[in-house]
Amino acid sequence: MKKTIPLLIVIVGGIIWVLWAFSPHYLLQEVFYNKFYLPWSYASAPFAMLLGVMSLSMMHSNKIKRRAPKWQYSYFFFAGFIITALAGFIGGTQKGGVFMWMFENMQMPMSATMFSLLAFYMASAAYKAFRARSPEATVLLVAAIVVMLAQVPLGMKISKHLPTISQWILDVPNLASKRGIMLGVGLGSVATSLKILLGIERSYLGGGD
Amino acid sequence: MSFEMMSNLVGAFFTLCIFSFLYKDNPFYQMAEQLLVGISLGYGLVLTYTRVFIPYVYQPIILKHQWVLIFPAILGMLYLLRFSRKLGWLSRYPIAFSMMAVGASVPMGIHATILVQMRQAMVPIETFNLFLIFIGTIAVLLYFFFSKAHTGVYGKFVDFGKWYMMIGFGASFGLTVMARISLLIGRIQFLVNDVLGLLK
Repeated sequence: MKKTIPLLIVIVGGIIWVLWAFSPHYLLQEVFYNKFYLPWSYASAPFAMLLGVMSLSMMHSNKIKRRAPKWQYSYFFFAGFIITALAGFIGGTQKGGVFMWMFENMQMPMSATMFSLLAFYMASAAYKAFRARSPEATVLLVAAIVVMLAQVPLGMKISKHLPTISQWILDVPNLASKRGIMLGVGLGSVATSLKILLGIERSYLGGGD
Repeated sequence: MSFEMMSNLVGAFFTLCIFSFLYKDNPFYQMAEQLLVGISLGYGLVLTYTRVFIPYVYQPIILKHQWVLIFPAILGMLYLLRFSRKLGWLSRYPIAFSMMAVGASVPMGIHATILVQMRQAMVPIETFNLFLIFIGTIAVLLYFFFSKAHTGVYGKFVDFGKWYMMIGFGASFGLTVMARISLLIGRIQFLVNDVLGLLK
């Protein structure tokens, strides 16, 4: 009951999904997929979001209760969450409202800046890689520099052939390496999916009884 | 002070709060970081409510009387029992329902990531570049084949795959750096043009 039925749901449902991928039969395409699975998955999905909300809220409230390091900042989490949620639920999500204003002037600048910070950390990572002074690290850096320079006007000023070389790197060695890795990843993911489908891999059910 | 200028100043303040991490971890960064998580969660919750809950749960059940959809809604609510010690096992049911789709990923995964890639790798070798791509793909694949020792001529060929991967990683690294730098330029342009430009 606790583990066997969920396991059976995955195995039986998984086999139906395999059949769905191969057969254009009405029962599979229309009854199973369009009339059963799609509406059911859409109807159950929003509650997964609530799980995330509960999980983060519990984590931060516990942090405040236990006076864990940097607990004071958890109030900012609650402030941001509650104000945005109220703005959206009460004021609506249309442009010009408080909700979209918060998104455009707080969420968007902060997340863009957060990602742009990575430019600095990547530069320091490149420096460390260059210090390794191995032939492999040199090849990696040369490829990176060529690709980077080819995307800015300075690259064209250094050499007019730079964009062509960069495109060749992307189209030939890069494609071969990505294809090799993709084939390996594909084989691995299919093997993992088969393990789940056959009930060998059960870690997604969690621990306990 | 105009509304646009005030909005830009708010954006500039939070941009600088995040940038302050470049100096060292500080209260402004911590505050902005937690605020960002909270706002993102609130944004996600509101969008899930308006774009998923209302059209796919509320409207079909309450307005169109499709009572059968109460079952998946209850199934979804079982997710929330994850935190209960006694009834936590019930949350396995919605997880199992979503995991069913893994069945489709077997044939579709074989098609998209294996068969299509193999077909593209085995086109007639008409140019030198196609030859390089073919050899490179084989060498990269063999690099991850550990049932045979990477020694001798085989080892040298397999080593070739490592060089291909280094060039590939370098190209990916370069493209990622450029994407991040364009974001950085965007933020600096915002600070210089939109904020300082309005303040002048």
